[in-house]
Amino acid sequence: MSASADAVARPATRSRLGHALRDALLMALVALALFGPLLGLKTVPVTAGLVLESRWHLVAAAAAIVFAGRFLLRYLVWRTDRPSGKAARPAAGVARGWLGKTLAPALLLTALAWPVLPTTDRYLLDIGILMLTYMMLAWGLNVVVGLAGLLDLGYVAFYAVGAYSYALLAQHFGWSFWICLPLAGILTAFAGILLGFPVLRLRGDYLAIVTLAFGEIIRLILLNWYEFTGGPNGISGIPRPSFFGLPFTGGEGGFAAAFGLEHSPLHRIVFLYYVVLGLALATLAFTVRLRRLPVGMAWEALREDEIACRSLGINTRNTKLTAFAIGAMFGGFAGSFFATRQGFISPESFVFMESALILAIVVLGGLGSQIGIAVAALVMIGGIELLRNLAWLKAVFGPDFDPSLYRMLLFGLAMVTIMVWKPRGLVSTRMPSIQLAQRKGIGADLVGQGRG
Amino acid sequence: MSDAILTVEHLTMRFGGVMAVSDLSFQARRGAITAIIGPNGAGKTTVFNCITGFYRPTEGMVRLRLRSGETFLLERLPDHEIARTARVARTFQSVRLFAGMTALENLMVAQHNALMRASLWTVGGVLGLPGFRAARAAAVERARYWLEQAGLIGRADDPAGDLPYGAQRRLEIARAMCAEPQLLCLDEPAAGLNPRESAELTALLDRIRAQHAVSILLIEHDMSVVMEISDAIVVLDYGEKIADGTPAQVRDDSRVIAAYLGVADEEVEAVEHALQAGTAP
Repeated sequence: MSASADAVARPATRSRLGHALRDALLMALVALALFGPLLGLKTVPVTAGLVLESRWHLVAAAAAIVFAGRFLLRYLVWRTDRPSGKAARPAAGVARGWLGKTLAPALLLTALAWPVLPTTDRYLLDIGILMLTYMMLAWGLNVVVGLAGLLDLGYVAFYAVGAYSYALLAQHFGWSFWICLPLAGILTAFAGILLGFPVLRLRGDYLAIVTLAFGEIIRLILLNWYEFTGGPNGISGIPRPSFFGLPFTGGEGGFAAAFGLEHSPLHRIVFLYYVVLGLALATLAFTVRLRRLPVGMAWEALREDEIACRSLGINTRNTKLTAFAIGAMFGGFAGSFFATRQGFISPESFVFMESALILAIVVLGGLGSQIGIAVAALVMIGGIELLRNLAWLKAVFGPDFDPSLYRMLLFGLAMVTIMVWKPRGLVSTRMPSIQLAQRKGIGADLVGQGRG
Repeated sequence: MSDAILTVEHLTMRFGGVMAVSDLSFQARRGAITAIIGPNGAGKTTVFNCITGFYRPTEGMVRLRLRSGETFLLERLPDHEIARTARVARTFQSVRLFAGMTALENLMVAQHNALMRASLWTVGGVLGLPGFRAARAAAVERARYWLEQAGLIGRADDPAGDLPYGAQRRLEIARAMCAEPQLLCLDEPAAGLNPRESAELTALLDRIRAQHAVSILLIEHDMSVVMEISDAIVVLDYGEKIADGTPAQVRDDSRVIAAYLGVADEEVEAVEHALQAGTAP
């Protein structure tokens, strides 16, 4: 009995080994083809021009690494003879409930206490501000992409419009932050409607391309309308926010003097931190609330099926425009905050890379999920900052190694890894916004992405 | 037929060189179930799309008169206005539910316009005004009623995409009814249903007609369903009306039989005779 079982098991093992070897060999060949020209050939400038230098040992090493890695993965990790993980997957609603009950309050408490934690210095405070700014932007973009299902690649345009609205209003009229902020938000919402009108009929890839172009158009206008925006010189000397009229200065009548504190430049940063925390929480509360209102349900219905929406009497034009306007408005708030924090803005801050980063946060967090987006913002912004401090890699690769060159490579690798591991983002289940008896999460396979 | 809810006159729909519907005129009586039948490609769904505003007819007029006496020319209204002000709701041949939303959410979306007004176009909703809360509770009650009618109350919190096919069909009808229509257009509601699901559907349609004073326009292939519940039948073939009347009249109409079987009975008999004569020893 046991002998026959052995006989059955052995060929299976051998064939698994063979499969793994064959697969690894194939991948090594692909690696050879890919790395051959990239690593194997190097142009070296000499006095007479350029000569080609071959480095085949590097190619061989790369192919060997790919072979070994693929083989080990194939043989030890991706075992097809194991039962598939689907049956063991816990109910989506349970996981989500745990996340919402534990992680969200923990994050909120940490965020509130961040500036007064003993470990927090100026650098960590700045990172906190940066994270919250992107969190706010991502929550705003989530209205357009996650809820309404309209892929927007030019979100940075609204960030820019908000920043320039604030800067110009504050400079020309001398109004305070708290007056300029809502005005900048309203102006940006109009910019959102302006973008919305021409793209009403577009969906999916076509919409993405037009919004991408819109982002570039705004940047080019800012760059070339010299008289109004200052062109490439940007706008400097943007008024700093005051603590309800008390400026953060050292002398008489400043914030420190009024509260009997010793003047410290950190006061302004802490104040800015709490301002952006307040703005981010307001964004969160507002978008969560909107999702439960008829307009939010119409956005989600639009993402699921636009034709069915129209058959139910929903004005899809207005619904799309409100999504664009409200998403843009939060981008405008974030832009205003950015302008007042930096004190200087120029078109260089509003490049496509920013749009891509914000969209990456939304996609990575899981379309439509607020907590997922918060975590993704922490991971992405924190990760980028961590990768700035790669000096320790010099100890591994020698003093000639420049870690900053590898920042984006590692970043890309991390993103690919996460998307392979969780293709629909960190939190992919959708929670219904209303229930009769029991609130149950909805699996990502059913939820539309608004690309159709 | 004095009290017609829907009057279609000389409706023509051309797609390039293809005449999908040509010069079609018929009336749908208020409170009745009017069926549109015909072989595949006869133009039934095109008629529906013209009535519900998804297509703009090439020629002709589609007039709808509400109980209040208000009259609309549907060919001039955009599709969402037809649903909102002219109170026409429809279902689709291929079920178009919001698959990632629960059954209850589907029914709430159908009440969008009423809720939007109650939430003062979102402003009152954000502020949490009591008027909106009451309207929302009423909307949930209406949704609960229609979930019960459709036999789906136990699955209210399940995603619509997870429901079995027959339940999805019934949910789509419930969703259309939540929009409070006066004319309900059903595009092949029994397609793909087994006999039991088909019977449940017929019962639901009967209840809708009896209790809610809704007129129904129906496209259907399942003749048992059509003959059982329709009050009037319009038969289309190649985009033209070939018969119009009660089920009994239509059943005996030679042109209808010809359209469905290809040729008239006499001709079939004649061919059969000829064959028998030819093969006889």
